Amino acid sequence: MSFKVLQPGLLSLIQDLGRFGQHDIGLTTGGPLDSEAFLWANRLLHNTPNACAIEVSFGGLQLLAQTDSYFCVTGAHLNLTINGVNKALWSSHKVVNGDEIKLGYSSHGCRSYVGVAGGFNISPSFGSSATVMREKVGGLNGAKLATNDSLPCTEITTLLRQALPEAHWPLYGQEGTDKNGADTVLRLLPGYQHHQFDPVTKARFFHGQYAVTDRSDRMGMRLEGPAVSCPSQQMLSEGICLGAVQVPADGQPIVLLNDRQTIGGYPKIGAVMARDTARLAQLRPGDTLRFEAVDLHQAHTINTLAQLKFDATALLQLKD
Amino acid sequence: MSTKQAHIEIASENSYMVYFGDPDSLHISPVVSAAIAASCEQIKQHFGNRLIDLVASYASLLVIYDTTQCDHLWAKKALRSILNAPKKLNQDSGQLVRMPVFYSPKYGPELSLLAQNAGLSVAQVIAIHSATEYRVYAIGFAPGFAYLGEVDERLAAPRLATPRVKVPAGAVAIADRQTAVYPASSPGGWNLIGLCPTPMFNAAKQPHMPVSVGDRVQFDPIDEQQYLAMGGQLHEL
Repeated sequence: MSFKVLQPGLLSLIQDLGRFGQHDIGLTTGGPLDSEAFLWANRLLHNTPNACAIEVSFGGLQLLAQTDSYFCVTGAHLNLTINGVNKALWSSHKVVNGDEIKLGYSSHGCRSYVGVAGGFNISPSFGSSATVMREKVGGLNGAKLATNDSLPCTEITTLLRQALPEAHWPLYGQEGTDKNGADTVLRLLPGYQHHQFDPVTKARFFHGQYAVTDRSDRMGMRLEGPAVSCPSQQMLSEGICLGAVQVPADGQPIVLLNDRQTIGGYPKIGAVMARDTARLAQLRPGDTLRFEAVDLHQAHTINTLAQLKFDATALLQLKD
Repeated sequence: MSTKQAHIEIASENSYMVYFGDPDSLHISPVVSAAIAASCEQIKQHFGNRLIDLVASYASLLVIYDTTQCDHLWAKKALRSILNAPKKLNQDSGQLVRMPVFYSPKYGPELSLLAQNAGLSVAQVIAIHSATEYRVYAIGFAPGFAYLGEVDERLAAPRLATPRVKVPAGAVAIADRQTAVYPASSPGGWNLIGLCPTPMFNAAKQPHMPVSVGDRVQFDPIDEQQYLAMGGQLHEL
């Protein structure tokens, strides 16, 4: 019982929610860059939240079903077909042995999630199946998917199909610009070396507009915009969390993502909320953003409300 | 001694950074490192399943907690009470791990350079590097990469201007006053002085690393034959 990879696309990786509790031996977390789209994929298939799915960057993945199953694609906007017939994103679909699933290239957003009913059965390493290529850990031998890879899963012949109503689909930088003309606003908790940045620098950082550059990967998003100068570049290496905004000597911020190194020695002005690193990971080179400071109470309120909304969103029940 | 001088900063929505001593100081101290190791144990016990991850480094401790299991105010209060609690600090705590090193100008091309810069013989450099008991200050950069300090001032050397594309697994290296054993073949800019046959990272074996933060390491010089007998491998650089 499996799916076979016919075409892997540019970068397709097995992911679960991530690898936790292993920083003490230097392993990073990995996991889906857009955890929200990942969680939707599993919910649409009645899976547990941590079930293994494929993160597809920029599209291009083609799979052959070698069993009967249900699957769905969430995240970046792209053309999805089964045996050449167009199918909806954010919706579970039935496939039978021999069906070909084809993802086109993403037109907006960058990361798609291909979930399968029951999740792909990939044995975990260090407690997780999340693939981190730099560490050669997780997934299939720590590598990205390649042609002819076999992705084991369980045969499932009946399942209640569900879809997320289109009015709830995320827009990935197409929301329309905010009052300052930025495509997206990232909420950030000031922290770490925040006290070392002078007030003028901080004002420039929070009022400036930054563009996503193409020098971005699963370790971090490099931005381009008003330079942020930090008085001291000399510091002892320290632990880095998801979303930490690192400022190297050239003053161009880097938002650190799931595959970041666990320690580093650059000054940090704070950390972007995980919910917003997920949105950031869907932006494309040239998309613009700005940062907005929030405090811990606001951050927790934002997270609680978002969780309530996720749980309360009613799905469409589909007939076969 | 207590760790009352430690202070807590927000790192993210679900993590706090604890700085021990002056966060802007570049001073590395075994006493501070021992305080961090002692705090780690207490945090693990006190937080239990509320703790997601801990990253100990030279003078700081990143505490990542589960916001579905505890409130951020509970986490901060718990940290404060742990830091205020008296600790028995012992710089000699942690296990002493002895690691064999085949020091070699051929397989550690900067060995002669370090000797030259310090006005010492290669034998003296080896004697100095292997006489020091190092402390594991941090683990990171790559799986199994342990930062050991401090290297004798005479052997301190800046990173290479152009990092090597490939440093072999087991390479023993120096950067500034830190020394390390490369856990896997990777790019790297540290000065290479020899090879260690003990794997720093083994995914298939528990524990995965021979050392943890807070342990102590001392290197024992071995020759090429001993290195090969211990399973060491030789690669042209």
